[in-house]
Amino acid sequence: MIENVSIYELLTLTTILFFIGLYGFLTRKNLLTMLLSIELLLNASVINFVVINKYLYPDVLQGVYFSIFIIAVAAAETALAISIIINLYRLKTSVDVAETETMKY
Amino acid sequence: MRNEIILLVLILALLIFEIFTKPNQKKHIINIAVGLFFIHTVIGFFPIGESSLFGGSFRTTGLIHFYKSVLNIGVLIILLQSADWLRNKVAHFNKIPEFFILLFSSLLGMNFMISSGDFLLFYLGLELSTLPLVALIAYDSFNQQSTEAGIKLILSAALASAISLFGIGMLYATGGSLYFEVIAQNLQSSNLAILGMVFFFSGLAFKISLAPFHFWTADVYEGAPIGIASYLSVISKGAAIFILMAILFSVLPILSEAWKLVVYILAITTMFTGNLFAIRQKNMKRYLAYSSIAQAGFMMMGIINAEELGVATVVYFVLVYVFSNLGAFGVVQAISSQTGKENMDDYTGLYRTNPKLALILLLSLFSLAGIPPLAGFFGKFFLYTAAASKGYYLLVFLAVVNVTISLYYYLLPVRVMFLRKSDDAIPYFKSKLMMRAGLVIAVLGIFVLGLYSPLYNYIVELSAGVL
Repeated sequence: MIENVSIYELLTLTTILFFIGLYGFLTRKNLLTMLLSIELLLNASVINFVVINKYLYPDVLQGVYFSIFIIAVAAAETALAISIIINLYRLKTSVDVAETETMKY
Repeated sequence: MRNEIILLVLILALLIFEIFTKPNQKKHIINIAVGLFFIHTVIGFFPIGESSLFGGSFRTTGLIHFYKSVLNIGVLIILLQSADWLRNKVAHFNKIPEFFILLFSSLLGMNFMISSGDFLLFYLGLELSTLPLVALIAYDSFNQQSTEAGIKLILSAALASAISLFGIGMLYATGGSLYFEVIAQNLQSSNLAILGMVFFFSGLAFKISLAPFHFWTADVYEGAPIGIASYLSVISKGAAIFILMAILFSVLPILSEAWKLVVYILAITTMFTGNLFAIRQKNMKRYLAYSSIAQAGFMMMGIINAEELGVATVVYFVLVYVFSNLGAFGVVQAISSQTGKENMDDYTGLYRTNPKLALILLLSLFSLAGIPPLAGFFGKFFLYTAAASKGYYLLVFLAVVNVTISLYYYLLPVRVMFLRKSDDAIPYFKSKLMMRAGLVIAVLGIFVLGLYSPLYNYIVELSAGVL
């Protein structure tokens, strides 16, 4: 709980963060920045869980636990994605979406 | 929990085997892994009582246990069909054990996802089932298509799970807990809850590849090794549809007005997109990818029923779909691992040179299309009854229209194989024992499920009282 800050302001923040991430994912053409956008999306949900836990249901720490798991899984996800991107770079010397795509429709 | 423990022991045993064998000995792991998994599948048939663990976050019922056995059989068939490819086509023998370890980890994740009783275990199961699968899709690291398919899947899966998580956050805010039972009691119908349901639904719809969320499907199937493509289309989709059904029916029944509308629209769009796009495909993997999208649309008709009948019909349909789709993928796999050809035109005159393979592909495609007396017909028929019993006649009508469209493109390979002659047809070859076993199990499944009705009654019995 933060003084003088209500749940509405925090949830507005996470929603804005979420949609910045979504916009970034859909418009960026570089695989690494797309990955960064996904991190933004995941962090928005992490803050969301913590805020809901702290403001609405402070007795049980379910939301906080969930957020720790999300952070751990997100790290695994990023590691895997980056390893595949590195492999793609070796084959193609590019991490741009338009240049790496061979399969369509 | 027995299923999961045995699977975990299997994974650890394979890891230890990997450490203590020399690189040129690693081929033997194929026989060992397939044999061990066969034992696991047989043990999985023994019934297990209802129970719940960890304060209700892990639960087992008769239906869940039955479903796990279905997934086990599917994975066994896939392993049998992939053995030949692993033995001959994988460049580095060092990578062979990885294939089994990752595949079994993914199956373990699906088992956890199916038996999850709260959103935490559901999320962990979902990720555990997706991440090893991505590594498997990018398995052929010197092939650019394979790598590209891997990056496509991980980016879209990560996006899907992030959206899903945001939805779970909203459901947590309105329901007051992460446990399914508590949410089901506390949830009130409100705008926030409906928004959360929609976000959550779209995350799972990515996995099932329903129509507006299907764009990754065809590319990933084309780039992935064929065994993994069949795993994606059968096991991954089947597990996701089961947990979607369980959560919609037993956790969010209060929002049923909202999600029935979502399911209704998605069913129609999915069936039409899958069927219409399948017509113009030349590559067999892409063709089967679009066919699997269309089949997912049919499964939605059982979900819209929202009662025990819906559960039973969807489970039966998935069971039939496992065998039919694996039969089709098996033939594609057999031809590809022998000759490397994957296009529909390459199959010209296949009946004259390889009559048995052509016949198996014919039976599987007929079963997918739903021609009696094969199992696929009864699967689709029960889904129609499930939707019609709730008065969705328009949906049933559109589904029948779609079956007509699908008959056209399911008959395209049949025409190419049986009616056309070709001088450079694929020459006769004899498949290995494991591949033949995989195909025979799939074909037997198609016939037995269609002709032996007590199995359907058994599923109905199991699904009584799950809600």
